[in-house]
Amino acid sequence: MDLLTNQILAGIATGAIYACMALSVVMIYQAIDHLNFAQGEMAMFSTFMSWQLMQWGVPYWGAFLITLAFSFVGGIVIERVLFRPLATAPVMTNVAGFIALFSIINSCAGLIWDFTIKQYPTPFGSSPFLGSQLISTHEAGMIGITVMLLVCLYLFFRYTKIGLAMRAAASMPESARLVGVNTSWMIALGWGMAAAIGAIAGMLIAPLVFLEPNMLGGVLIYGFAAAVLGGLTSPLGAVVGGFLVGIFENLAGTYVPGVGNELKLPIALALIVVVLVVKPAGLLGRPILKRV
Amino acid sequence: MSAVEEVATGAPAVEGIPKKAMAFEQGTAMVILTLLVFMPCFVKSFFVFQMTMLLIYGLAVLALNILTGASGQFSLGQSAFFAAGAYTTAILIEHGGLNYALALPIAGVVCFAFGFLFGQPALRLSGVYLALATFALATATPQLLKLGYFERWTGGVQGLVVTKPDAPLSLPMSQDVWLYYFTLFVAIGIYVLSINLLKSRSGRALMAIRDNEIAASAMGVDVALYKTLAFGVSAGITGVAGGLGAIAVQFVAPDGYTITLAISLFLGMVVGGVGWLPGSLVGAAFIIFVPNIAEGISKGLSGAVFGVLLFLVIFLVPRGAQQVVQFVSDKAGRLRRT
Repeated sequence: MDLLTNQILAGIATGAIYACMALSVVMIYQAIDHLNFAQGEMAMFSTFMSWQLMQWGVPYWGAFLITLAFSFVGGIVIERVLFRPLATAPVMTNVAGFIALFSIINSCAGLIWDFTIKQYPTPFGSSPFLGSQLISTHEAGMIGITVMLLVCLYLFFRYTKIGLAMRAAASMPESARLVGVNTSWMIALGWGMAAAIGAIAGMLIAPLVFLEPNMLGGVLIYGFAAAVLGGLTSPLGAVVGGFLVGIFENLAGTYVPGVGNELKLPIALALIVVVLVVKPAGLLGRPILKRV
Repeated sequence: MSAVEEVATGAPAVEGIPKKAMAFEQGTAMVILTLLVFMPCFVKSFFVFQMTMLLIYGLAVLALNILTGASGQFSLGQSAFFAAGAYTTAILIEHGGLNYALALPIAGVVCFAFGFLFGQPALRLSGVYLALATFALATATPQLLKLGYFERWTGGVQGLVVTKPDAPLSLPMSQDVWLYYFTLFVAIGIYVLSINLLKSRSGRALMAIRDNEIAASAMGVDVALYKTLAFGVSAGITGVAGGLGAIAVQFVAPDGYTITLAISLFLGMVVGGVGWLPGSLVGAAFIIFVPNIAEGISKGLSGAVFGVLLFLVIFLVPRGAQQVVQFVSDKAGRLRRT
């Protein structure tokens, strides 16, 4: 029984990482209707930015805020320069664009900061949290920030005018345009926000996985999986999905014989496929009806 | 957010391509074929090997094109079928002592069955969800191949060595050249069959599903059957390509069939033009040669250079090689008229 509780706690801790990433995936999906494969690399680049700032002597929270602003602007610039011209191109072409962006950012980060792993500081300390060996204060802080982010996003989308406009632009672009929503800028704003959330995720994850250009590749896969599991239309679903994926991954690794670290990912993904087959819109997503 | 169910007037994920535009005219096809047939007489043997790989990847991209371009289903899992084909061929040749020409069709049939079965649960999914499911398949494949249970046949992490066949009837050509012609022969056969498949009643059914699934089913198209069949056919062709690939590089190992391969094939399809079968060859050329070119331009930044080149291509021609050819033929047609 003790082992079970411990494994679940550890799962929640890793789940928080996935939940963070999934949140930014859902964010961008809401804005542009695609999964952005370069999301993880954008977050990784932001994290390196903040690391560099700290190397230059900027205090943690200062670097945090500067990086957020940089990522927000960076996201908007990427949308304006690279993806705006592709707005009318077929979906597949857009996906190819994401892959290109992935390749560019990864390669540039590798050149600037090389591929050696680096320590990344945490603002919460890493002593055991409330005497538990499995959750450190950093992980607890991370879970706290993820939940806070979720609440903020909910409030933003539910109660602000811009939030409403973004939702409108995402779900019914034409009607939104008719009532005066500037849909094209809403998409850019979505990119900016997704980049900023990704940056937060990156900076929170970095102390756990160490900083290096490929650090978020694996995390992004889990993030996608979590987002899809929770339903791509629901930020809450993304967070719930993240925690579920984390817990399940840990339990499968412990209790199913023959599942080492190698097979964790395929098993987690297989579970998600099973869930999707039963519930194609994800756990908390809204089913979309189609009309001829 | 509101609980009202969203209603989407489904714009198809893949743009409809008129049936005529899916293949070349006969004249152009003949010119390309002649070039491919006489190519080995003029170039070095390494280039012949590269051309063989080009044809093999071309086949794999073609298979993806049938799945995505014709039936409108995404797949990021083609590397799994490629691996299945490669391993089936390698095991049949090395452990079964079978002739390679016999092993290939068997690999095709095995992969067809595999794809057909995978298509069953995939029926419930579409768009990004399907992309994720196939992606899961692709990431799982190398791990599964490494498993201890299968090590007796697959050779585990080490993989298997495959012997390269000699030219039959003691024809005076090297192994590379013979393999090139053999691959070319298979590729042409599959290409012609694919074109005919898409022109047939089944092809029309697939395209109807791609353009509007609900309308297609209302007109009596068995949506489930055709969608899984598309998966099967695509997997079968990919399997044959995988088998040929195994023979050409004389080696199969789990790490040769990672998600990177699936992504490459996807890029090849986009660059060649989704749903335009001859474009598969252009796409294959892109995924084989462009990374080398990028490496040549800058070693440290090869990834960035590759990304920039890819961006250039999709900015200039968002619909891939298909768009270029269409543009040229439009211009030529106008010139002929005046």
